[in-house]
Amino acid sequence: MSKQLKEKIAFWIFRLLSLGVILILFWILEFIFVRGWHMLNWKFLTTMPEDGMTKGGIYPAIVGTLYLVAGSMLFAFPLGVMAGIYIHEYTVDSWFKRFVKLMTANLAGIPSIVFGLFGMALFVNTLKFGDSILAGSLTLGLLALPVVIRVTEEALIAIDDSFRLGSLALGATKLQTTRRVILPIAMPNIITGLILSIGRVSGETAPILFTVAAYFLPKLPHSIFDQVMALPYHLYVISTSGTKVAESRDMAYGTALVLVLFVLILNLLANALRRFLSKKVKMN
Amino acid sequence: MTLKRFIEKLIEGMLMISSSISALAVLLIVLFLFKEGFSLFSTSPLENHNVIVVSKGNPIEKLTAPQIKDIFDQKITNWQTVGGKNDTIILFTINDVSNYFSEEEIGENFEYLPEKLSRLTDSIPSMLAVYPDKYLAKDFKGKTVSVAKNNIPDFISGREWFPTAEPAVQLGVLPLILGTLMVSFFAILFALPVGLATAIYMAEVADERLRKILKPIIELLAGIPSVVYGFFGLIVIVPLIHDTFNLPVGETALAGSIVLAIMALPTIITVSEDAIRNTPRSMKEASLALGANKWQTIARVIIPNSMSGISAAAILGIGRAIGETMAV
Repeated sequence: MSKQLKEKIAFWIFRLLSLGVILILFWILEFIFVRGWHMLNWKFLTTMPEDGMTKGGIYPAIVGTLYLVAGSMLFAFPLGVMAGIYIHEYTVDSWFKRFVKLMTANLAGIPSIVFGLFGMALFVNTLKFGDSILAGSLTLGLLALPVVIRVTEEALIAIDDSFRLGSLALGATKLQTTRRVILPIAMPNIITGLILSIGRVSGETAPILFTVAAYFLPKLPHSIFDQVMALPYHLYVISTSGTKVAESRDMAYGTALVLVLFVLILNLLANALRRFLSKKVKMN
Repeated sequence: MTLKRFIEKLIEGMLMISSSISALAVLLIVLFLFKEGFSLFSTSPLENHNVIVVSKGNPIEKLTAPQIKDIFDQKITNWQTVGGKNDTIILFTINDVSNYFSEEEIGENFEYLPEKLSRLTDSIPSMLAVYPDKYLAKDFKGKTVSVAKNNIPDFISGREWFPTAEPAVQLGVLPLILGTLMVSFFAILFALPVGLATAIYMAEVADERLRKILKPIIELLAGIPSVVYGFFGLIVIVPLIHDTFNLPVGETALAGSIVLAIMALPTIITVSEDAIRNTPRSMKEASLALGANKWQTIARVIIPNSMSGISAAAILGIGRAIGETMAV
């Protein structure tokens, strides 16, 4: 067999397998869109679930997810971005930096169910927050923390050292350099990463299982110490352990569609923003 | 000037604190796991403060949790099996009280129960009784059998997992560990070739335009919540396997492996693509200059060179998938 033929065969295999990956994605999307589309209407999005979650809408789950995402991001964004800046801009190669890096890498590797158990032990039981938005948000925030740190670090690594040296040579202090030179350039990448991490957080079920999620709670939360329903947990419940699995199948399709749409929109937003902001930075 | 320096220091301090918090979080989680984990090993497998009692003449001093389970499942019916005399085991639980005593004998608030139970176990030498320790009489005539505490070797090698079994819980994680290993092994078997092929295609073969389309698709695949994958697996893949192989149930390790493989794909693709991209340009060009074509370069130069990155990709991908509860 000539080497040209071998190359042809190998490349066609690669092409087909890549196509396969794309097809898998479209298969999943198609499955959810086709079956969930007819469920998607205003009433589904804005009414309470009824009849043992076989009828009605998913309004409380949507609201709950939004609260949780907002809460976790309020916790993870500032902390993660600041930690990322510190690790990359302020520390030299010291034991502290290595320690923090090792720990955040480990944090990223911990299965999400362990976060859930930990959140239950620390926030719910030890700190006495109870099953609440606060506990759930903190747990989710902890989960998002390594992602946010990594994203920030990567955005900072991508910046050429000549920017830092140039700014410092002009007499700017470290803080001025970071704030006026480094952060504006890194911002597009940081923001994109943050949006993607929102997507990841909004889909997590395991961490909220023990910390916040309510099985069935057809009312809106009044404070951060209330339980809420959440989209991923709702989907989990009605597709596996609900009392009327077959009857609520349509609801499950609808919920899955809303969840996927949410992630899809966040992804598109992140991509659009990345393009828009990187253009803007280049112009300056 | 001093104010400025002060602010500078202040912000640096804030940044440092935030990174310390993130590091501490991990330590806390690890500590928590160890603490909770070890407390399990120092507790008795007996549920609800039960005690196991036998009559005084019985030579049995100790029983293990699996033995207790077998006794209650009627698999062990003779004392000899657990090291006692050759005699049939007569079981007694608190639910059997009414077979032995009338309500008057026990008393309205069970106040005579401890004494009755004490006498009962003493009178029937081959009886093994299990009841809550609050019914243990102060001048108890029989003796209590100590139950081996949960320990690590049994925990890992135990074959039975019945955390709610009565009266003694069975904590053996061997089936869980084996299940996890098997599912992840097959998931890797599916995901690695496909993921690697896609990564090579994206890094070396596809042109820039195609790459721009592929990249967001992979990102989206990574972004789909795990519970949606699980749902998809439950509704599509489980029946599919059920029909293809004519199995009674479709919820098999194979279905789990396929779903986990799909979930591991994006991680494997992105990490190994990065590794492949990091191959020095000079190496590629040297190979091409020697007359190798693109495929030969990929197979003999690029892949061996990025092997460490690729294996990291496989481990990360599967690590992410293993931890996912919702899909399985």
